[in-house]
Amino acid sequence: MDINTLRIIVTLATLAAFLGIVLWAYLPSRRQGLERQAMSILEDREP
Amino acid sequence: MQSNEETYNYGVVRQFAIMTVVWGVVGMLVGVIIAAQLLWPELNFDIAWLSYGRLRPLHTNAVIFAFGGCALFATSYYVVQRTSHARLFSDALAAFTFWGWQTVIVLAAITLPLGITSGKEYAELEWPIDILITLVWVAYAVVFFGTLYNRKIPHIYVANWFFGAFILTVALLHLVNSAAVPATFWKSYSAYAGAQDAMIQWWYGHNAVGFFLTAGFLGIMYYFIPKQANRPVYSYRLSVVHFWALVFTYMWAGPHHLHYTALPDWAQSLGMVFSLILLAPSWGGMINGIMTLSGAWHKLRDDPILKFLIVSLSFYGMSTFEGPMMSIKTVNALSHYTDWTVGHVHSGALGWVGLVSIGAIYFLIPKLFGRAEMWSVRLINTHFWIATVGIVLYIAAMWIAGVMQGLMWRAVGADGTLTYTFVESVKATYPFYAIRLLGGVLYFSGMLLMAYNVFKTVLDGKTFEARIPAPVHA
Repeated sequence: MDINTLRIIVTLATLAAFLGIVLWAYLPSRRQGLERQAMSILEDREP
Repeated sequence: MQSNEETYNYGVVRQFAIMTVVWGVVGMLVGVIIAAQLLWPELNFDIAWLSYGRLRPLHTNAVIFAFGGCALFATSYYVVQRTSHARLFSDALAAFTFWGWQTVIVLAAITLPLGITSGKEYAELEWPIDILITLVWVAYAVVFFGTLYNRKIPHIYVANWFFGAFILTVALLHLVNSAAVPATFWKSYSAYAGAQDAMIQWWYGHNAVGFFLTAGFLGIMYYFIPKQANRPVYSYRLSVVHFWALVFTYMWAGPHHLHYTALPDWAQSLGMVFSLILLAPSWGGMINGIMTLSGAWHKLRDDPILKFLIVSLSFYGMSTFEGPMMSIKTVNALSHYTDWTVGHVHSGALGWVGLVSIGAIYFLIPKLFGRAEMWSVRLINTHFWIATVGIVLYIAAMWIAGVMQGLMWRAVGADGTLTYTFVESVKATYPFYAIRLLGGVLYFSGMLLMAYNVFKTVLDGKTFEARIPAPVHA
């Protein structure tokens, strides 16, 4: 395979991976779980 | 006496936190000296060791890798332990990273004034020191990721993702860019040649900005702003997208340092396009940090640590808007090689990296020394205002100087000859060098106040080891 074809495939695959991550993060079912993670550091109280 | 297993390793965090302040004072003092040399060249006293060309890399290495590096070690070791409910992976390796990194800094402070340099910007140190950096960095990665592996909390908090990306990417950048053929013990030559060498150098250089000076400090932002404001980050989901958007785009932006050079035109344009795309994740992250204070803006009024942290983000927003603009080739034709670039770098360095680090260290010092707060909160406030006025003077002077230089260099008469000689542009810059020196002196004075405040806090306090919470079983 031409090296440039491989480069195009890798570039498009990383773009697809990124869009997948965006979808994953913004799925309505994830909302509560991720917001709980944001709270986690505030629940960790320094003595 | 508590066993090590029950407490966090605060010892190495304390060491790095103190050295952040020490190297901050040293690095910024060298900055002030070379700013004064631009105004009064006699200040090199005809001593080669004190010449501008040797002190300038000493300044950049000291503020980036000594001040910034120690701040990153201190905060990342603190954050990874507290968010993982686990002690650092190995006390011995953590101690090695501290003493190893300090050795690198001291060797830099000796070799650079002696004129021992590989000549690569922000990677000037010669090959024996590069090898030591590699060893320290591998140890750092083992300690950081080992601690994450031992975590008692299933989720990996977003700040750790930023710290992790910073550690991995800097390892890659350092190994590739520092590849060299040693000629003698203190002299080596790059493994690359010509335009390729330049491209490797600025792939390194820009990603040092992107991952050392941005991703690492965003890790600080995502932990210390919510903690200091006592509010969760504005949008955790946005923070996930912010992280991956930054990781996917930063690597491509380096060629904007080589506009109108021998680098192929397509590579220059690609660098410009990705620099413009970078505006989106940068501003997404900046807004996410600032909006954490949404509904609690009053906290800014009387919490100087929060002022440092939030204002650092406004400088981050400013310089990440300015950067993409300067990467546009037509804008770059005006700005490149002028003091505008120097102003841009310092709005990021003094405004973003400096202020966010200082805020985080003010947060850490009392906690590491068993005190409720810093010795003087008023002094933190004074530090904040002196530093902010200093930055504004510095960058405004460099903007005006830079645009003026760019316009003077390109001005041509009707017959096509240059309107100004180069030295006329230097003379015209003179007053702005004076304003820049004043800005730098103010910022440096703020750092001295911090050193005094930290000294008094440590004197009144005692070393403190925090207990790791017992695991909660559902």
